[in-house]
Amino acid sequence: MLNTPPALEFKSSTFFAPILILYTHDMVAIEQTLQEKINLAPEFFRDSPLIIDLRELNKLNQDLDFVQITQLLRRIGFFPVGIRGGNEQQNKQARTLSIPIDTVREQGNSITIGEAQKQEAAPEVTAAAKESISPIAAPPQAPVAATLVTQPIRSGQRIYASGDLIILSQVSAGAEIMAEGNIHVYNTLRGRALAGVHGNTAARIFCFDLQAELISIAGDYKTSEDLNKQTYKNPVQIYLQNHALIIKEIA
Amino acid sequence: MARIIVVTSGKGGVGKTTTSAAIAMGLAKAGHKTAVIDFDVGLRNLDLILGCERRVVYDFINVINGEASLNQALIRDKNCNLLYILPASQTRDKDALTEEGVGRVLDELSKDFEYIVCDSPAGIEKGANLALYFADDAFVVTNPEVSSVRDSDRMLGILSSKSRRAERNEDPIKEYLLLTRYDADRVKSGEMLSLEDVQEILSLELLGIIPESKSVLSASNAGIPVILDEKSEAGQAYADVVARYLGEKRPHRFIDGKHGFLRRLFGGRK
Repeated sequence: MLNTPPALEFKSSTFFAPILILYTHDMVAIEQTLQEKINLAPEFFRDSPLIIDLRELNKLNQDLDFVQITQLLRRIGFFPVGIRGGNEQQNKQARTLSIPIDTVREQGNSITIGEAQKQEAAPEVTAAAKESISPIAAPPQAPVAATLVTQPIRSGQRIYASGDLIILSQVSAGAEIMAEGNIHVYNTLRGRALAGVHGNTAARIFCFDLQAELISIAGDYKTSEDLNKQTYKNPVQIYLQNHALIIKEIA
Repeated sequence: MARIIVVTSGKGGVGKTTTSAAIAMGLAKAGHKTAVIDFDVGLRNLDLILGCERRVVYDFINVINGEASLNQALIRDKNCNLLYILPASQTRDKDALTEEGVGRVLDELSKDFEYIVCDSPAGIEKGANLALYFADDAFVVTNPEVSSVRDSDRMLGILSSKSRRAERNEDPIKEYLLLTRYDADRVKSGEMLSLEDVQEILSLELLGIIPESKSVLSASNAGIPVILDEKSEAGQAYADVVARYLGEKRPHRFIDGKHGFLRRLFGGRK
């Protein structure tokens, strides 16, 4: 044992922050929309750290003064802590303001495995961050990487993917898997599977061995009681047709 | 450094304390200095199973609160001098356990012991979470019955996400299955889940099957861990479990029941 504790220590950790994706450089419109969102959930946004994503904006060749947007955000109670997808000028401005620059790749979607309580916050914030922009312009849908899970998903665990979800192990009864896109389970599916949770009616569920407690696509669902005996324990695909869930065996 | 083993299940009454007492005794008998801790604060039982209830002076909570030293609270087993018991407090509840306190006690024990067995309480609340938080290995005790299997599955999810190893991104806790109260005859008649049924859901490394046996109850009442009853099937099964855990290869027994052959010959079934 050391007699004197060390002065400091480095540890690796993940820090969670919502991303603000801007689709316009109109400061008035931005402030107005943000204010509306804050009024809906003042506690949720109070003193929230924020990463500013300018990729969409720069795709549209709309120039935006990074100093101005930072001031605006600080004034209404946010803490901008990063910039993503800025152009050379904007990155330079960020550097002068001591705001870190994220130059990383196309945004892969984080895999979230763990206890239900831990997970609940994550989708909520992403959703909030996205929604806060939608009134201004119809957002072009950015391609999202698929989430791959290799370890078994146990009862009580919850997984959320903003794109497709691919699972190689079993999903236990009492587990819940959700994806905004398609769900593939290359093993036994015993828990609940919800695809297209943001309303994508074209999403599908594929699985090797269907024993699910509940399956749902874009809100239309069936419980295991309603599952056909013929498809039970078989490899199937599940999709929506005229608001009816079709479960079809994959030969 | 000691290896920390948690004996857990989620569900109550499946045999966690019996298992904790048996494997701790088995490890000590094999020459490893072992401590076994009762995490079931408020429902102290381990001391009864190990027959040391009349020698409890200080307990786990006293040590956490600094009211007693570890040496004052540890009780040396009368059958094996390499086995020590740290009893739970009967007058307190699980809130008396703190992550910092448990960590400190385990750290101190680690200096002196080779194995530390943590007997988890049932449930998925504080006591159970702290029992598994520091673990290196987990013995998941399961009965061949649907609710027990589902609770074990839930526990496995917690083991992989809420332990210190998970939080620090270290190698995950090594998980082993212990199928207890297994009755081969009832499995054959379809009243009980078979090993395959359980493994289909849990898919874990099987450390052993403990057959349902009258000797478990009588051993508990006598305060002698069943592993010391070498004539009983349960005692032998626990001895196998300890040997397998320590790296020995032993074939699994008690899957088909001992009268399997004769029963088949005469076609009899009770």
